[in-house]
Amino acid sequence: METLYAVTVGVLTACSVFLILRGRSFPIVIGITMLSYAVNLFLFSSGRLAIDQLPLIGKSETYTDPLPQALVLTAIVIGFAMTAYAIILAVRVRGEIGSDEVNEPNHPDSEGSR
Amino acid sequence: MNLAAIVLLPFFGALLPLLLRHKTRIWITSSAALVTLASLTILLLAAPATLNGEVPQLMVPWLPDLGLHFAIRLDGLSLLFAGLILGIGILIVIYAHYYLSSRDDSPRFFAYLLLFMGSMLGIVTADNLILMWLFWELTSISSFLLIGYWFHQSNARRGARMALAVTGGGGLALLAGILLIGNIAGSYQLDAVFAAADQIREHELYLPALLLVLLGAFTKSAQFPFQFWLPHAMAAPTPVSAYLHSATMVKAGIFLMARLFPVLGGTPEWFIIVTLTGLATLLFGAYFALLKTDLKGLLAFSTISHLGLITMLLGLGSRGALLAALFHILNHATFKAGLFMISGIIDHETGSRDMRKLSGLRKAMPFTMVLAVITSAAMAGLPLFNGFLSKEMFFTESYQQDLFGGLSWLVPVLATLGGMLSVAYSIRFVHDVFFQEPAKDLPKDPHEPPLMMRAPVIILAALCILVGVAPMLMVSGLLEPALAAVSGTVGEIDIAIWHGFNIPLLMSAFAIAGGIGIYIGRDELFTFNRQFDHHDAKEIFARLVKRTTTLSDAFMQRIETGSLQRYIAALLVICLVFVIPELFKIKALTGDRPQLPVDFISMIGSIALILAAFGTAIFHRQRLTSLMMLSVVGLLVSLVFIRFSAADLAMTQLVVEVVSILLMILALFFMPQRIPRASSGRRVARDVLLAGFVGGVVGTLNYALLTRPANTISDFFLANSVPGGGGTNVVNVILVDFRGFDTLGEITVLAIAAAGIHKLLNNLRPFMPSSDVDGRPWHSTTHPLLVQVVAQTILSLALMVSVYIFLRGHNLPGGGFIAGLVTAAAMILQYMANGVDWVKSRFDYNYQTLTSVGVMIAFLTGLGSWVFGHNYLTSAFTYVEWPIVGKFELATAILFDLGVYLTVIGATLMILANFGQMTTRHRPRQEGH
Repeated sequence: METLYAVTVGVLTACSVFLILRGRSFPIVIGITMLSYAVNLFLFSSGRLAIDQLPLIGKSETYTDPLPQALVLTAIVIGFAMTAYAIILAVRVRGEIGSDEVNEPNHPDSEGSR
Repeated sequence: MNLAAIVLLPFFGALLPLLLRHKTRIWITSSAALVTLASLTILLLAAPATLNGEVPQLMVPWLPDLGLHFAIRLDGLSLLFAGLILGIGILIVIYAHYYLSSRDDSPRFFAYLLLFMGSMLGIVTADNLILMWLFWELTSISSFLLIGYWFHQSNARRGARMALAVTGGGGLALLAGILLIGNIAGSYQLDAVFAAADQIREHELYLPALLLVLLGAFTKSAQFPFQFWLPHAMAAPTPVSAYLHSATMVKAGIFLMARLFPVLGGTPEWFIIVTLTGLATLLFGAYFALLKTDLKGLLAFSTISHLGLITMLLGLGSRGALLAALFHILNHATFKAGLFMISGIIDHETGSRDMRKLSGLRKAMPFTMVLAVITSAAMAGLPLFNGFLSKEMFFTESYQQDLFGGLSWLVPVLATLGGMLSVAYSIRFVHDVFFQEPAKDLPKDPHEPPLMMRAPVIILAALCILVGVAPMLMVSGLLEPALAAVSGTVGEIDIAIWHGFNIPLLMSAFAIAGGIGIYIGRDELFTFNRQFDHHDAKEIFARLVKRTTTLSDAFMQRIETGSLQRYIAALLVICLVFVIPELFKIKALTGDRPQLPVDFISMIGSIALILAAFGTAIFHRQRLTSLMMLSVVGLLVSLVFIRFSAADLAMTQLVVEVVSILLMILALFFMPQRIPRASSGRRVARDVLLAGFVGGVVGTLNYALLTRPANTISDFFLANSVPGGGGTNVVNVILVDFRGFDTLGEITVLAIAAAGIHKLLNNLRPFMPSSDVDGRPWHSTTHPLLVQVVAQTILSLALMVSVYIFLRGHNLPGGGFIAGLVTAAAMILQYMANGVDWVKSRFDYNYQTLTSVGVMIAFLTGLGSWVFGHNYLTSAFTYVEWPIVGKFELATAILFDLGVYLTVIGATLMILANFGQMTTRHRPRQEGH
């Protein structure tokens, strides 16, 4: 199970990094969102994997580590705030300069305005 | 505390002129004068102790771990300098009142001046080396402001910049030197440093420390070869020049050498470096002073020359030389401040400072002429003026030293040469300006200045004569403790006007005769000088600065290419470089922890998750498809959380997922609809490679982590959740109680992000196509009836669920974050189904207010525990019986959670509702351009 989990996190990371390396804002926003999923899963797993051990006192014999959960919970919400900010920034740039290109217009990496 | 007041008064007093900005100028000047006077009075009250040989001290620990204390001492040396700074300071304030025109911003001027005064006082009274350095840097900054006071003039700006660069750079060297000294001595307190003097001198780092400290002193005191900034600082208003270049700024370097003489002085290294630098500066300054045509330029170079003289005396280091140095510091400050003021008066009343234009002013300004004659005579070192005495002592010392062996005779000869040049330029100052034929083409008709403008000069000129005639009466009391502080030995001093016919007197006579000779033959000298190619220091400096900026620009352009892709790639590569070597150090990838067996459902879920992730990446150019794939990823992630015992996370993830996908669909509307052309194959290959590497490393790390036993601090939380926090849902108790402060920070971040987004949307004119790319208009039914009905039905249900989730949060999965997101999602559904106007007419809340109220509630709940004498955010709880519901726990944490709840609703809606609103505005017919 651990192997499966780690592979999943690795794949999520790889795919999101690929998206973040694109030259346009929308794939980058998607990439950031997915990367935050990967990071959350990674952080969450620092409490190790445990099945049916909800950290509710009295509901089971042993409990999984509640601390990473608490940290990841806020991380999810903050991740949302960051994603939202990135999206709005992208829209604003699109409104201001008419392009969703993230490189400077004259840079060789630029793919043209549309 | 009195000692601290001497230093701190000017700093606080600097506010006074600014506060009185709207009053008349006399108010502003008086406030500055009063502050100076108050500080001077306190100094005089403290002075008797020092004069009796005590050293009043004060120490307030500041940053003890760094060895930095706010420590003040008032020994003889401090008293001498502080007296000069405040005494001349008050004259400068009076003089400046008449010098500045009504167009000048005088509050700003006096504020800077007081700031500078305070910094200078700090340097001379600091009892801690680091504190002294702090004030040292403050003088660099405040003198920058003063020199650049007329910032509309480019030469003022350039002069200020140069002074800052040179003295500030020297300051950094000084800091390094001080750190070395403090390290050797084990303390930065002066007493400890003095006590460790032998240890420091014998230490192997003595020479580097000495060089660094001297670099600081030489740059500040304009010693050769760092003298070039001083003449350019003459772009400052004349009161500033009079202050900075007579009694204060440039004397700081001298002070530093005198202060650290007991520690660093007396060695051959000190002697060679300091004496020779001083001698070179003395001659260099005197020679160029004679060549200058600008009055202030002449005085500037003469200042350099006299500073060289003092430096040389400090280098010689005998008791007599130190006394002569201290005495000349006093004398130079008196006559040079007076001379600068006279040059300002001449400039003010004639409109020119050019000695080629000025002449014959004796008729128009007889009184000023007398003052000029007195102060110039002091500068030249004529008998019965104060300058004579210290110069005589200087000649004696230069004659008596035998430190250069067989070549020692050169020193008195060169000293006499310096004396001659000094006499020559002093004559020039008086003769060129006041004698010869009256000038005709002056910009202004020359006349005497107002009495009060002359008054400071009269005082200074009177001092020149009084000290010159009765030195023992006037200054011996002041010089004795100062000499004791520098030389370390207490003793009587003797300054006499007449020593009988001896060598120094002969040297003086030679100097005067030679000086007159040089002045008469000056035209030949000017012609001689003209054949040399003179480089303007300003040009060289500017070229140097330009070269540095070009270099750094070129460097920056290599790094900052303007391509986000390259930045990110570089960042990732750097991360890999740091992480990969660590992975090599792990002996076995798999740890000891027993692993869980793989079950069928988890397997299917993982495969789906992986496929969806790949789909998101592969279809990134079909944006809607990519987004749908992403939502699959998000949903599966929440299932992962469920699977591994994290119910709270799963719920949060689920709702956040819904809200973010909605937001991204909205954003798609504003994005270009046409699919851009593909990246080059090479780029894709490079990115795949990099992404694969990063993913592989992260996965490996995660695997290594997962298979190793956990070492957690959570046992405390599990044990104390019920007895300490009153809730069985440990995750929630951690959020609102154990780590409540973190949560407070997090909702604040959320609120700030929402506010940022609100601002970003302000005045935004996004592209809003009225049709798709092929020209088909959007569907006309914006709000389908079916959705409307469902949405309204769901709303009440959702609100109820969210209240339930909120209330049970402390004991079962739920809580403020999740409940807030559920409410927000339900509200967003209303916006989507019915439109902005419909919602606004029914639910007219300001989301900004809601968000801030939420943060405030959370914050105040925390404060509440203070009222009961507990730490911030300590929670209290009790159990109550509710009808129907049953036993119910009431905790203050729930109030905190309410704050979280409201913030989440407010922030989420602020983001989505504001953004969604954009789509309903006026739309152009076709996508732009």
